[in-house]
Amino acid sequence: MAHKIGKQTIIIDGDVGIKSSAAVGSKKEGEGPLGKDFDIIDDDSRFGEKTWEKAESKMQELACWKALKKAEIEMADVDFIFAGDLLNQCIASAFSARGSKVPYLGLYGACSTFAEAVGLSAVFADSAAKNCLAVASSHFCSAERQYRFPLEYGGQRPPSAQWTATASGAAIVSKGEGAPFIKAVTFGTVEDLGINDQNNMGAAMAPAAAATLTQFFKDTYTDPADYDLILTGDLGYVGSNLLRELMERGGFPLGENYNDCGLMLYDREKQQVESGASGCGCSAAVLSGHVLPKMKNGVLKSVLAVSTGALMSPTSVQQGETIPGIAHLICFSSEKGGIF
Amino acid sequence: MSLSSDEYKKMGEAAVPKTKCARNLTGAFVIGGGICVLGQFLLNFYQGLGLSTPLSSAACSITLIGISAVLTGFGIYDKIAKFGGGGTLVPITGFANAVVSPAMEFKTEGFVLGLGVKIFTIAGPVIVYGVLASVVYGFVLWILKII
Repeated sequence: MAHKIGKQTIIIDGDVGIKSSAAVGSKKEGEGPLGKDFDIIDDDSRFGEKTWEKAESKMQELACWKALKKAEIEMADVDFIFAGDLLNQCIASAFSARGSKVPYLGLYGACSTFAEAVGLSAVFADSAAKNCLAVASSHFCSAERQYRFPLEYGGQRPPSAQWTATASGAAIVSKGEGAPFIKAVTFGTVEDLGINDQNNMGAAMAPAAAATLTQFFKDTYTDPADYDLILTGDLGYVGSNLLRELMERGGFPLGENYNDCGLMLYDREKQQVESGASGCGCSAAVLSGHVLPKMKNGVLKSVLAVSTGALMSPTSVQQGETIPGIAHLICFSSEKGGIF
Repeated sequence: MSLSSDEYKKMGEAAVPKTKCARNLTGAFVIGGGICVLGQFLLNFYQGLGLSTPLSSAACSITLIGISAVLTGFGIYDKIAKFGGGGTLVPITGFANAVVSPAMEFKTEGFVLGLGVKIFTIAGPVIVYGVLASVVYGFVLWILKII
């Protein structure tokens, strides 16, 4: 049964694993370096819908449908849905779940939502459920109109800006299934080191990623070299360099095994995404489409996934507030049994 | 790990790649200058048709606004702006783009609460403070005349 060790880490000691996962994206994601890893790519970023919000909901539905299909189960076999997105009142998630007739828990962790959903699913699967569905999404067009400018507005983006991914990732988290197994979850604290530039979210989130990672290493008596891959959510070029610096100062320097989903999804130069990708869909799709299948194939054995979120709103930014960050960590392993 | 907010802000600023100044300035000069040349051409054209100078200026502005609105509608203006930066922002064409783009974007929320409410989201402050500034200017002029 799930239990806490140290200050923040929850050990999942039943054999809770990822039964299946699926990633959905649009044209730009399909043209990126991970394009082939997506289960579904629709070049029409409206996904056949009339509004961007509906398009995002549709994307989530597709990701869930594909994950269920791969797991060879029905929606009725799912005990709980943990879902979230970036839209006000999380409508993309709630609207996509309304036909499911499965207990639904809507989450908001900004771009950290996928790890939050998978973490809660793991805790539930280790105690109260058999199958949980974790899903998150973001859509460039619905996010831009909510947080920034209309799509056709002519403007330039600063080098620290990030590109919201039009993507969704879904994972079925189940007990008594095969690898990859979820060994531990560290839910993060809200960290704020005074960054107030909403075009530099990587810098706003890096302290939260550093805090969660450091706490996890302390709680589990491990260090960065013990893992095949340490993957942050969407710190981008600016944020991931800052994270390296922060971890070095904190005594847990990150080596060659560190990467960031925001640096993997697009070709930064060719696709002109400045500092990299962002959005809930970024880490959701990279994990669901690329990393978890690689663990299933045995290419990767131990992975720390740390999704990062910037917890501001357009209102808080206009009121001059600084941007708090959060990061949630999932420790995946392809080996059964305890590793801590 | 103890790090003050000021220290981190400095770290954050140092981590951001430098803006490509030479490229951006060139883009703004070429595109902004090009729009002005087009404006001059239109002005001369309308004058050549026999319009008075004030009427030619108005006709020139209307034409530039029209071109900008159509290019925004076809999704071309933002691509030019990406290259031109300040060069597309400052002339009257930038203002037209700032009005047309929210009108297009928020049409999905309806013609009244969407388009009608949001159309001046970006251009609104320019209009408000433009009017306010002209009131102040007029007031100063009036006082000076009395003195």
